[in-house]
Amino acid sequence: MSTFWSLWISIITIITTVGVCWVLLSNRKVVVKEKPKDGEAPKTGHVYDGIEEYDNPLPGWWFNMFVGTVVFTIIYLVLYPGMGNFPGVLGWTSDGQWQEQEKKAEVRFEAVYATFDGLSIEELSVNPEAFKIGRRLFGNNCAVCHGSDGRGSYGFPNLTDDDWLYGGTPEAIEASITHGRSGMMPGWAAAIGEEGVNQVTEYLFKLGDSEHDAKLAEGGEKVFASFCVACHGVGGEGNQALGAPNLTDDIWLYGRSPELIKTTIRSGRQGLMPAQSEQLRESKIRLLTAYVYSLAHQ
Amino acid sequence: MSVVSLANTTPTYNIRVVKQFAIMTIVWGVVGMLVGVILAAEMIWPDLNMGIPWLHFGRLRPLHTNAVIFAFGGCALFSSSYYVVQKTCQARLILPGLAAFTFWGWQLVIVAAVITLPMGLTTTKEYAELEWPIDILITVVWLSYAVVFFGTIAKRQTSHIYVANWFFGAFILSIAMLHVVNSAAIPVSLFKSYSVYAGTIDAMVQWWYGHNAVGFFLTAGFLGMMYYFVPKQAGRPVYSYRLSIVHFWALVAVYVWAGPHHLHYSALPDWAQSLGMVMSLILLAPSWGGMINGIMTLSGAWGKLRTDPTLRFLVVSLSFYGMATFEGPMMAIKTVNALSHNTDWTIGHVHSGALGWVAMISIGSMYHLFPVLFEKPKMYSIKLINTHFWLATMGTVLYIASMWVNGIAQGLMWRAFNTDGTLTYSFAESIEVSMPGYYVRLLGGGMFLLGMVVMAFNVWMTCRGPGITRTDDRQATATV
Repeated sequence: MSTFWSLWISIITIITTVGVCWVLLSNRKVVVKEKPKDGEAPKTGHVYDGIEEYDNPLPGWWFNMFVGTVVFTIIYLVLYPGMGNFPGVLGWTSDGQWQEQEKKAEVRFEAVYATFDGLSIEELSVNPEAFKIGRRLFGNNCAVCHGSDGRGSYGFPNLTDDDWLYGGTPEAIEASITHGRSGMMPGWAAAIGEEGVNQVTEYLFKLGDSEHDAKLAEGGEKVFASFCVACHGVGGEGNQALGAPNLTDDIWLYGRSPELIKTTIRSGRQGLMPAQSEQLRESKIRLLTAYVYSLAHQ
Repeated sequence: MSVVSLANTTPTYNIRVVKQFAIMTIVWGVVGMLVGVILAAEMIWPDLNMGIPWLHFGRLRPLHTNAVIFAFGGCALFSSSYYVVQKTCQARLILPGLAAFTFWGWQLVIVAAVITLPMGLTTTKEYAELEWPIDILITVVWLSYAVVFFGTIAKRQTSHIYVANWFFGAFILSIAMLHVVNSAAIPVSLFKSYSVYAGTIDAMVQWWYGHNAVGFFLTAGFLGMMYYFVPKQAGRPVYSYRLSIVHFWALVAVYVWAGPHHLHYSALPDWAQSLGMVMSLILLAPSWGGMINGIMTLSGAWGKLRTDPTLRFLVVSLSFYGMATFEGPMMAIKTVNALSHNTDWTIGHVHSGALGWVAMISIGSMYHLFPVLFEKPKMYSIKLINTHFWLATMGTVLYIASMWVNGIAQGLMWRAFNTDGTLTYSFAESIEVSMPGYYVRLLGGGMFLLGMVVMAFNVWMTCRGPGITRTDDRQATATV
């Protein structure tokens, strides 16, 4: 902040505080000079539509409370930042407070995670203590998309079955969590047209042994062979190296209705699993990996 | 233009525009609160929106806030300020055509809000969601309001300006400034604009506006209402003139500083957060000044509370005002805010002000005003006013208490963590715990709405009922 703005803030703060005190003190009247005979407080003499006004003094407790808040303010603004660039004699900052708390937490919790050092993912996945912590980490960091039970939802994969987009080995799961994943299915509307979309849809139902229109599926097979095989494989069995889903099972990340499948083919899909290495240390990621691994191996 | 002479010696007043706004206060009150009750139900049964986008929580929520603040509260303020300024200045409203324009213009703003907000057209600024063409209309109506109000004060026949008019005046001027500065935007189409501010500055301008919408629209304006209708209904002089001077100037000087307490522990620089916090604390005494002046005005007339439910509305509203303005500064303290922020506690706090203070002072004032405006000896049913009083009070208490419980439970659950550093509870678990509170809130809100419907019926029957015999002027003044 420039000196000008620092001064500006300080000066208007002082003017407001002093001004408020001046109004308060200049209207303080502890002793009422002369009370009318009947014991009533004096009136101002103004009458508005029949409404009169007493000239009672400010209540003492209220006056003291007012002064108290102003005194608190002055003390607070000496101790803490407030008056422009003046940092306050305590040197407190919100960022500093946060850093300090982070450090404290790190020291306190490091010991807990250190007990799992040297154990493999498979070992961790059957360790009840690791499982408990893993489940909590999952609840804090993963459940918002994958559900607290890990069963996923529309657009978010189910982690409890044995169908894996990027592989279900401990290494693959750990890589997914650490670095995230970015799934990209391009839209095919321009390349294969609406007829092609319809045909491929029927062919996918055929691959999954579902009810389908045989004639359309026949055309779909040809379209599939030229446009889809590169990622999804000749038989539609998918490719975990690319994150291309298996199309022969009955698991549909974006819905199994013909309309939803057509939307997927027409416009494509983009899935994003964010990288967790930014916010979670390796020791936590390993426990998470073990937990996710155990979900599918229960 | 119907012009009614209320007494032989006083000038004729423009009662028509006061009546129009008074009636719309009741209409928009029922509508706005109904939307609120629907929202409370959607919090329990999300499927209640039936998949219709116009009924989605995110679209109805701004409709509720706009309807209760600007439609219900706004009409109550227009009505009472136009009435009070005429009566206490002994002057007829200037420019009757412009006054009529403020009525029709304001209704047009509200109708535009009712249409555009459910359509999803929004600037996304809380309490300032309306898009730029409507914002311009608001500005024009508001400036007209200022011209009519201050023009009438300039024409007054009293030597001094009554304290109620100080508050109405501060409210009108401040809202003009806040609205214009916060709504400054660059339009990209008829229905879309972008704020001229960016990032943290945008957030700070928004909450400077947002908190002063509370401070000037929902506080200063309604204090103006209080300063006329409480002494009038109690038949007692105002407690302390000098207290009104001190708390008025302190209130208007300090309220504008309090906005940053909405942005504690955010990207807002520390110095701004500190100033927002300490100024919010200083605000406690000026706020309570209004409560003291209102409640102490009753000293010597406490017995009237037993028989006069209208007075009870006014006094209980001041109690809720005192409670909410104590709670506010406490919640502005950073360490308290760390617990309360983003929880239902905030919703409860807002409603102890909105239901307990704003709505109840308006309701009390309207019960005073309707028989006067429509020249009836009294309201159709005093018993129904009493029924309304208990529905409103119990409804408010249920609402606030359930949100306190929910808010503190949520705040504690969100910060609880395990021995391994993980959070003890998921967000969904805090929702699960909140469900009983949501039911109680729905019940409380439903009771408040029911009370409003009772009022609408009572007002309807009063307006249809027999009038005052015009030859008896003493009776006419007795109800004023």
